[in-house]
Amino acid sequence: MQMSQSSPGNLTAPEVLDAYFLEARARLIELAATLDRIDRAAGSQAVQSDARLNFIHDSLQILQRTQPGRAKAVQELYSLK
Amino acid sequence: MFFIDPHIHMVSRTMADYEMLALSGVVAVSEPAFWAGFDRSPAGFIDYFRQLTEFEPRRAAQFGIQHYSWICLNPKEAQDLGKAREVLAEIPKFLSCPSVLGIGEIGLNKNTPNEAKVFQQHVQIAIDAASQGAPGSKHALILIHTPHLEDKLKGTRMILEMLRDFGSAIDPARILIDHVEEHTIELVKDAGFWAGMTIYPISKATPARAVDMIEMYGPQRLCVNAAADWGISDPLNTHRTVLEAQRRGHQLPELLKVFHNNPAEFFGQNPKFTVKPITMQPPA
Repeated sequence: MQMSQSSPGNLTAPEVLDAYFLEARARLIELAATLDRIDRAAGSQAVQSDARLNFIHDSLQILQRTQPGRAKAVQELYSLK
Repeated sequence: MFFIDPHIHMVSRTMADYEMLALSGVVAVSEPAFWAGFDRSPAGFIDYFRQLTEFEPRRAAQFGIQHYSWICLNPKEAQDLGKAREVLAEIPKFLSCPSVLGIGEIGLNKNTPNEAKVFQQHVQIAIDAASQGAPGSKHALILIHTPHLEDKLKGTRMILEMLRDFGSAIDPARILIDHVEEHTIELVKDAGFWAGMTIYPISKATPARAVDMIEMYGPQRLCVNAAADWGISDPLNTHRTVLEAQRRGHQLPELLKVFHNNPAEFFGQNPKFTVKPITMQPPA
């Protein structure tokens, strides 16, 4: 099935940004704090190569893409192949 | 576990919230004057100050909670200097009310020149009301609101600069600067002020981030509040922060310091505040 590129309801892009910007900002700060927390904890070096941490870093790369389909790509990243 | 909520807007909450707070160990609340969601007339402020000083203490007392308040014109309504002049003229008489701890929450909202002017006028009122504190106090206690989101860093710096301009007339130990986050907590604590962290959805800290900041900057001169008001907010967010801290292995005596004893110490600089710090031995 092809992913649809239909609009989110009646919202325009500026309206979507208005509606979701603060929530996205809060989640990014939370993620940054989580990464800092891992670094502060004892044994942080030992988890640097942990696959879950690599997933987070790879997800951040996906977020920088300019094409839609980022959420699906991140989900696939976390899925068993 | 006992709590003092150092910043909560109970005029916007129900009796059920008071009951929930009492059931969850809250023994005292401190309510700064704030914005009602719309700009009031000077007469509206007088009614509001009476609600804070007469009505809310009676509501709280029904649940065994001590209610204290702070008086000011909040920064969101400080653009109109004429209105500010009228409201500020009424503040000194309310400072002598038996449950008023000081001036607050003053500060900045959009960091405008008018907001800055009214902030400085409030600080001067606090200095002129030095007799409202313990003998020898330089000024009445002050509770400061820092701006939201993108305005916070600049606003916090402006506030610190304006306080520095008052020189030796200011005692940082008698001022709490609220709503600090990762980018402002160091500025506030390094300057010797008390810091407040607010656990509030989306726009402020979360329980996990608040515990991070307690760990990184230490529990000294640090209070945690939920700032529950008429927005999407939750008075039990302070309790959720304790749960997060316990999940990481923090012990009760340390938590009691942040969530009960620190506010008791800061507010206790005004003799009207009668809740004393609790001493607890760590488990053997």
